[in-house]
This record gives sequence, structure tokens and C-alpha cells, in this order.
Amino acid sequence: MKQIADWALNVATMRGASYSDARIVSQRSRALTTKNGKVGSASDAESAGMSVRVLADGAWGFAASEDLSRAGVEATAAHAVEIARASAQVKQQDVRLAPEKPVTAEWTTPHVIDPFSISVEQNIALLLNIDSELCAVAGITLAESNLNFNRDEQWFVSSEGTDIHQTKYSAGAGYAAYAFAGNEIQKRSYPNSFGGQWQNKGYELIEELKLVENARRIAEEAVALHHADQCPEGKFDIILDSSQLGLQIHESIGHPIELDRVLGMEANFAGTSFLTLDKLRTLRYGSEMVNVVADARQEHGPGLGTFGFDDEGVPAQCTPIITNGLFTGYLSSRETAHTIGENRSGGTLRAEGWNRLPMIRMTNISLLPGEKPLTLEQLIASTDHGILMQTNRSWSIDDRRYNFQFGCEIGWEIKHGKRVRMVKNPSYSGITTEFWNSLDAICSRDEWTLWGTPNCGKGQPQQVMGTGHGAAPSRFRGVKVGSAYKGS
Amino acid sequence: MLTREQAADIFDRIRKLSSADETEVLFSGGSFALTRFANNTIHQNVADENHMVSVRTVFGGRTARASTNKFDDDSLRRVVESSEALARVQHPDSDLLPMPDDREAAGRADEGVRSTPVPSRYFAETAAITPQLRADSVKKIVEVAQNHKLTTAGIFSSSESVEGIFNSRGLSDWYTQTLAEVSITMLGADSSGWQKANSPDVSNLDPLGLAEIAAKKALDSTHPAEIPAGKYTVILEPAAVLDIVGFMFWDYSGMAILDQRSFLTGRIGTKLFGENITIWDDVTHPLQTGSPFDGEGMRRQRLPLVENGVVERVVYARGTAARMKASEYKDKVGPIEATGHGFALPNEMGEMPLNIVFAAPQNPQTLAQMIASTERGVLVTRLWYIREVDPYEKIVTGMTRDGTFLVENGKVQRGLRNFRFNQSLIHMLSGVEAMSMPVRSSGEESFDMVVPAMKVRDFNFTEVTKF
Repeated sequence: MKQIADWALNVATMRGASYSDARIVSQRSRALTTKNGKVGSASDAESAGMSVRVLADGAWGFAASEDLSRAGVEATAAHAVEIARASAQVKQQDVRLAPEKPVTAEWTTPHVIDPFSISVEQNIALLLNIDSELCAVAGITLAESNLNFNRDEQWFVSSEGTDIHQTKYSAGAGYAAYAFAGNEIQKRSYPNSFGGQWQNKGYELIEELKLVENARRIAEEAVALHHADQCPEGKFDIILDSSQLGLQIHESIGHPIELDRVLGMEANFAGTSFLTLDKLRTLRYGSEMVNVVADARQEHGPGLGTFGFDDEGVPAQCTPIITNGLFTGYLSSRETAHTIGENRSGGTLRAEGWNRLPMIRMTNISLLPGEKPLTLEQLIASTDHGILMQTNRSWSIDDRRYNFQFGCEIGWEIKHGKRVRMVKNPSYSGITTEFWNSLDAICSRDEWTLWGTPNCGKGQPQQVMGTGHGAAPSRFRGVKVGSAYKGS
Repeated sequence: MLTREQAADIFDRIRKLSSADETEVLFSGGSFALTRFANNTIHQNVADENHMVSVRTVFGGRTARASTNKFDDDSLRRVVESSEALARVQHPDSDLLPMPDDREAAGRADEGVRSTPVPSRYFAETAAITPQLRADSVKKIVEVAQNHKLTTAGIFSSSESVEGIFNSRGLSDWYTQTLAEVSITMLGADSSGWQKANSPDVSNLDPLGLAEIAAKKALDSTHPAEIPAGKYTVILEPAAVLDIVGFMFWDYSGMAILDQRSFLTGRIGTKLFGENITIWDDVTHPLQTGSPFDGEGMRRQRLPLVENGVVERVVYARGTAARMKASEYKDKVGPIEATGHGFALPNEMGEMPLNIVFAAPQNPQTLAQMIASTERGVLVTRLWYIREVDPYEKIVTGMTRDGTFLVENGKVQRGLRNFRFNQSLIHMLSGVEAMSMPVRSSGEESFDMVVPAMKVRDFNFTEVTKF
């Protein structure tokens, strides 16, 4: 593979590129689903190819091809330089890359069981077992389950001498039970909605999730929601479970700290950010209890944002994003680091596949757990009147990441420290900084989960990326609840 | 780009490798290039070429799929083995039909699609767009921004693509298309404007015209005012209409009815929307794009989904139609037949209409006429981050973006801070007071459609953001 990359880099250099890198990627995936007692889909996919990214005349060019023959690789590299020269005709200044020491390295996701070594029969048997548990509950009208496995092997070689071979594994699993009755569709999911839980792990993740053990309860809750009262509207203290809080972190912290958004590079599609450069180390993002990191290192856990090196060869790092409530860091790249006075990239550039340009992506953006021991039940017990909301059902936020609204699958009204009734259709909304400043309790480490969001969209052409979000159940004071159903 | 002859040769090689009862091969891919700009600079500029071959095999009611982007003998052998290995361990599916042949795939579309052929959507001029040509256009867009003291961000992309299907019962079909797309955001200190358009024929695009409109929106919305959330008459430009209505078309599916996840469950044949709403799915429409066959090779029919507010029917893949005919719903869902809207098998979603065309209203109004007849309302350029809040009442939430204006006394008065909405699509399409002639429109939240601008009463804004 090094030889193939060298063909590309040599042509790029000969044609005048001042910098170039090549990524050769081989991807394999398996996706299995069931629906109402049957296999819904069963598919395997493989894809391999190479991309070349170059700087010429101070501007970027990128070309990719499935053709790994010498002629194909050299033509792709030449095309990348041609594209860079066209880019250079519309520029305000030359691209500047923060220095990065060349490395030669190997890295593989730590895993116990290669997910592709597990037989498809065993996978399908698991899903059908879950399905039968869900469908056994009277009132369930639709049951769906999924298993997904991915293996991405990448060779990254740069004109500066970096040579990295990296193999990443990820796995995901989940299910949902729907109950239609009257004029209402209710749904419960486990362990999370929209595909379940995902991590950079082997098949051992699936064994840890206790999928079958929770299926009956989840289905019963979906049916019970039809008999629950509508979630009340007004200002309430709310407790979010860790999966919902993970998505809240993703949308209202993870995206606004992307430095490319802040600098206007995403203005036409994903939007910009309220976190303008003047807010670094001056904005009180949240209450004193809020500590958030962007941590791609293995020691943070097996998140979808865990890796050895990013896709421009920068080692995984931990960046403090919010420190005791103060905004302290962005997600950066070699191109953008200088705009915040840094002389090194934060190591967050990633691409969806061999034919996509790496861009700034969330790594594992995690809210650190509370330091004092606090379980969810203790948190509920200390709440006089509030709503506990679990499992995301809908999410939306404006294009500068200020105003958000989330809906959850199920809610529980809390009075005098006790869950007093189930409520349906819970939702809450607010302004990002006001919301994070209202946080007054975070459960401790034993309630903390590193959730995976496998479907984060960004860029043109749009790329889908997996990100990680660690969170423990937390309480927020005086939050607006229920406007999603007001007057619609 | 892969040709039909090359694909036929690959299919023959795959057939020889396959031991399955039936074999189907899908081809997709092509070349794609996109020049992206921001801060008046081209900051990303990409091109790629890729083709996929996807093999479905069937053994006695068991089916599965495997795909690869490598067409050498070893890769093809491996993809066939993967597909067969996956298929053999499935449970037999009594609902799985034999693959269609050419005659079945033509279906009733013989009377529609083939007698009204899909127009050619491949244009050599679009396929020949170079990085230099895209840069030249971007340079002119940047000049518009600079002339108005604005900064601009956006894209200019071009592509040529293929879709093909071959199966062991002799069916084969092939489709090629080009597409050029321009999207432009103009940014002022506290305002922005946006425009987007695409077409298979690049000569239909007017990047400079789009840039000027986007710039005017940014200039006209400076110093946006905040007005309270509440119910307003809104004038939704076509891109805003397509993005919000797009969230209901997943439900116009026989499988969604069988799964009881559609908001049309129990509502087909009822008058759900206003008298002035008629919606077709029509792949042959001159402003539409996309292949005229579905994931099994069935030709797409031209169908009325909604007529004068009444939901007439939903679309069907072959297998879904057979299941529906045997179901308890068969007398309550209108016509049941394979309509050529199925996804590639195996899948759990069934089918969906993807070529939505709103019928022209009896008395079309221009956007200017809608504004002139509005005493107090809000003009919306674009919507953003739309998600479903309630699946049966079809309540969706989202934000306005890049040009939201107060209309008073028949005139656009000033820019407004952006709103969050929580709006039932059923209520919205029951409250349309005026429509323009439908146009091809493109947004970011849904697929391209032929839709009008709409003036809607009592649109439900629930919150205001900070800009």
C-alpha cells in the first residue's frame, strides 16, 4: 500500500504540490435487521479506493478513485493538483498548516471478538429472539431490531513522511417497539433510539447490552404510553437520562465547537456557530459543574470518536472544551489551529470513507461525571417536582446552535422525590447557554455511559460520521417543557 | 463512466459464478465533483469516481445482498459468495416473489411511462464541466458578494451517474443522468440570504441570478427585529414548502400502512387536506429527475396520490402489493398494485414516492401577489433541521433560516429573527390560501420536488431564537 501511496505523492510533488497526502481505505460492513418476526434486510458490503489531498498554489485539491492501478493512481493525483490550481484562483490567502511531526505507526481498535467471526445464523437468532419478546406483548403493532458491524482499514501516507496503518472496528445494536392505537403511535427503543448503542468495539458490545433481557419491559412501556397522561406544559426541573443527554451534548456543544463552523466554512449547509472566537476563555457556557472534554484517546473509552490518529496523521488528543463552566476549547485541524493561537492541531479531521475529504468532526465529546457519589434514584429522590425524560424521539436546533427542542419517548413526573406517573410525548426546549447554566446535578461515574451517535451528517457532499458522547443522568432547573404540542 | 455493455458483461460473469435459484445485479455510481466556497474563498474542491455492483441471490425463498466496488474476478467471486452465504442462512420468506421479467417490469407503465418516455436527462455540457469552469463561476459569485460588501459561501457541483439492473429472468434496464447544482448563501454582519437550484442541464442554471437574489435577501434583512412567537399567515417560498412537506411522503407507502406507522392509516379515501391540494408522483415530468425503474426493475407509474384534498392511494413494491391484497386493509386503501416504487430487496421499508409533483392551482399567484394581499404575515425563504414530533398528527418542528421577513400592509417591511415552528402538516395543507405555479425546487431537508410557493394561514411559530 505504501508503494501505491508513493505513486500518488510523487506525481503530486512533480506537478508542483507543496504538500500532499494519500489515504487508501478498505471498508467492510454487515447490516442485519428484523421486523415483526422476519429478517427485514441482510447485506454485506465492501468498498476500497484511494484519495489524494494536495496543496498547490496555496489552495486545496482533492481527488479520489476506485482505480488502484498505477495509471489510475497517478491520474487521480494529477487531477487533485489540477483542482487545487483551480481553487487557487478564488482565494483570499494561502492555506497554512500547523506543523506536525512525521510518524510511522500501527493502531487497531482494541476488541475481544472480531464481529465478522460470529456466524450470521447466531446474529439472526439473537434478533429474532428479541423480536419474539417484543411481539409477545399485546398491543405491539411493529417490532424492529438491528445489528451492524464495520471494519475500516486505512493506510495514510504524507509527503512530510508520515506513514500510518490504522484499523477500526465498530458495532451497533438496538430495537424499537411501536404501538398504534386510536390516533396515536407510541414507540419505545432500547438501548437507545435510531439504531441503539454503538461503540468502537468487537462483538463483545452486543453481549454487554442485555438486549433480550430488556425487550419485554420496553414493549410494555410502549403500550402503557397510550394510557399515560400528556406531559404537562410549563417550566419544570427536568432530569435527562444519559442517552438523551448524550444527544443534547452532541447538538448544543459538539457542533458549535467545530472550528470550521465558527470560521464560516459550513455557512451554506450545516450553518455557523454562536461560539465566535471572542468567546474562547470568556464565555460562561454552563454552571460550575459543567466539565466537557473532546477526547479521542483510548483511555476515554471505546467511543465512535476513539482512534489512534486522525485522517491527517495527528495523534488522538484530549481537549478541555468546558472547564468548570468556562468555555475553553474548540475542535481544530492543522489548517484552522492558527486561528485560535494554537501551533498544533487538536486532531479531529476525519472522513467518512476513501472518497471523501476529511473535515473537522466531533471525537468523543463527553460531559464528565459528578465527583460525589450520586445515583439516578438518589437524584430523583432529591427532586421536589420535575420530569424525568428518557430516550430521544426528535431533535432540532437552529443553524447557530442556540435554540433547540428535543422530544423524548417517555417521561415520568416526579413529586416529592418519587416517580408518581408516566407521561407521554415529553419535550423540552431552550437556549443553549441558558440551559447548560441551569444544570445543578450530575450523577457519578457508575451512571456514566459512553454513547455512540452513528449518523452525524455534515459537509458538502454530505458525510455521515460516528461520534461519541459520555454522559450521566443530570438535572436542569426551570426548563421550558411541552411547547412541541402547543397549538400545532 | 460504466457503460451498459460493460455492465452486461459483468452480469454475465456473475451469473456464471452464481449457484443461486435467481440472481439480480444492481449497478450504481459515476463521477462527482464539487467546488465549495466560504469567506469568498474556494476552501474545498473535490472529485471522485466510484461504481458499485450489488448482487442479490435467492435460494428457495431466502434472499440477501452483498456489494463491492471492485470488478476483477476475485472480487466478483467474493461478492457472489458473500451474497449466497448470507442468503442460505436466512429463514424462507413466504412473501418473497420470483424476480420480475421484462414484461412484468413494464407493467401498466407500458401505457404511461413508455408511451410518454422519460425525457433524456444526460447532457454532455454538464458532464464536461471542469474545475476551471466551476472556479470561474464561483469567482463571479464572489464578485457579487464583494460588490454588496457581503461574504458568500456555497457550492457548485456537477455529476454524471448510472443506475442499472439485470436479473436472471432476463430483465435489464439502464439509466444515465447528469446533474449540476448551485447553492449560495450571502452573509452580512447580522443577516443572510440563500438560493439553490439544480438541473440535469447546466444551461438551465443562472448562478449570478441566484447570487443577486441571495444578496438582496441578506441586505433586506439586516438588523432583524424580534416579534413574538404565535400563529401567523406565512408565505413559504418553494424551497421551504418542499422541505416541510417532504416529511410526509415516507408514509405514502403500502408497507407503512401494513406496519401501522403511517399517518395515512385509516385515512386513505378521506379528505385530509384542502380542496386546492392535488399531488402526483410522476417520474416523467419534465422538471423531475431520477431513474424510471425501481429497485426490482419495475417501471415507475405516474400516479395521483392526493386529488382535491382527498388521499387517493399509496405506492407499492411488488411484494407489498401482494401482502396488502391478502391483508385486512385491502378494502380500505384504494387501488392495490405494484407501482414501481420499491426499494432494492431485501429491505424493511418497502417503497416510497420520490418524484413528487404538486398540481398547478386553478388561480396561481406570484410571490409578489401573495405578499401584496397579506395584511400581516411572515415571508420564509428556507426551513432548517426539521424533525417529526408526532408521527400520526404529522407534527414537525424546525427553524426558519437565511431570510425571514415581516410582511405588513402588502409589503415586505423588514427582516425578522428566526422562529421555531411546531406545525401539523395536515393542518398546514388544509390552510393553504394561495399557491404559485409549481417549480423544480431543491432544499437540504428533503429530496427535490416540483412544488409551488404557498400562502398558509395560522402557521404555528412557538419560539424565537437570538438572530
